[in-house]
Amino acid sequence: MMDNKMICTELFENVVENGKTIGFAFLGRLPYYRGLGLSMIEDIAVTVDGAPAAREDVRFSVRGKTYTLDEMETVYDDRWNFAEKAKITVLRAGGLTPGNHRIEFAVRMRVSYLPFVPTTKDTKDLALAA
Amino acid sequence: MTTIKRGVSLYSFQNETFQGKMNLEDCIRTCAELGADGIEIIGEQTFWGWPEIGIDDAKLAEWHQLIAKYECTPVSHDFMLDYKRYKDRPMPFDEQVASVKKDIDFGAVLGMKYIRALVSIAPEVLVAAAPYAEEKNIKILIEVHAPLHFDHPWILRHAEAFEKSGSDALGFLPDLGMFLFNFPPIWAEKFKRVGVPANIADYIIKAYEDRVLSEYVILNVREMGGVGPAIAMAETLRHNAAFEPKRMLDYMHRIHNVHGKFYEMTPDYVEPSIPYDEIVRVLQKGGYTGYICSEYEGNRWIEDFQEPDSVEQVRRQQVMLAKLVGETTVPSLATQSVAA
Repeated sequence: MMDNKMICTELFENVVENGKTIGFAFLGRLPYYRGLGLSMIEDIAVTVDGAPAAREDVRFSVRGKTYTLDEMETVYDDRWNFAEKAKITVLRAGGLTPGNHRIEFAVRMRVSYLPFVPTTKDTKDLALAA
Repeated sequence: MTTIKRGVSLYSFQNETFQGKMNLEDCIRTCAELGADGIEIIGEQTFWGWPEIGIDDAKLAEWHQLIAKYECTPVSHDFMLDYKRYKDRPMPFDEQVASVKKDIDFGAVLGMKYIRALVSIAPEVLVAAAPYAEEKNIKILIEVHAPLHFDHPWILRHAEAFEKSGSDALGFLPDLGMFLFNFPPIWAEKFKRVGVPANIADYIIKAYEDRVLSEYVILNVREMGGVGPAIAMAETLRHNAAFEPKRMLDYMHRIHNVHGKFYEMTPDYVEPSIPYDEIVRVLQKGGYTGYICSEYEGNRWIEDFQEPDSVEQVRRQQVMLAKLVGETTVPSLATQSVAA
């Protein structure tokens, strides 16, 4: 559900820290009719133009707090709320070139009542401003 | 009031609330206009922060103000109890009970009469929380949802545990999706859009009508050359069946709320897959006077090719329900649907 609404289109940018471009970021939503505590987000996989980013290069930010995916596994006091737009940052020296990029965004979540662990994904072409 | 009452679970509007097209006031106003004054929510869908962080007082105040403004009645807070919170271990029993108590408190703060427990929660956890629920004047209702049903041993275990506890704070909430008499047309259309050949889709629909055992249908689809989405379509028969509405009659003393699950309401006010007329007759026969809360779940089956109009779908279902429960006024909307 909500697969095609996971990637938001209003933000797609390179991330600059101390004058250096360290990666890129976009906004993503949980494909679910409710939110989830962060410990139940098993994986967030980002692929850009066909190349998968390494798990350790993905950062997840909500309400000013940033986590690695490994850190999230033991976060019990924060959550990804229903429809909340999280900032997904992918570390990548130099970021991305201006223009269109195909972003694939997959979330694997541990849902207590389901007899399987679902992965839901969205793919969108986003344009990075020059 | 001695008739069945009409309500709406705000779950029904998830497509619109997810996208910010409807806020809480839009949802509650819509229900009120339709005369569906019972409001059910999934606490953590409606209120950001629940349960891990907590709720903003201003949001709680807004809830009570809207319920009063539109003269609605809080019915149920549906809680989740994430017992798989820890990756490497199940949540300990005492922590599960404490978590349920926290949701009892939340339900009470919202003015609810009931809190909904998911069907996979163990009966012992609910029995242990029952005295606290009694104190707070809340009933914990386990949702009997397909593929489970009132004759399933897991539900029988719950029923036995509830009776043994002697507590009237424990009960059932049937999800009407367990009475799936026909394969929903919008499911078949979705499977065809993702590549299921028409002959296989037609076979599965017919096999469903003939009540063929799911495992035979899956094997036959495989032998017809079905792969991927065709197998997935056949496998829906593992999780859905035409269980018998009359089975609710043995449990009427513990049924206090009903999820009016539906996948599609046609323009002539028919749910093609769920026999609402028969279900309402059974509930009336059992003396049911609680709410049937609309639970629209068609959005996920059509959103890949069209924007769902959840308000129109709920309106149609409420028109149908009003007629079935014997109301003479036809529910209608005063304000324009957001998706229209």
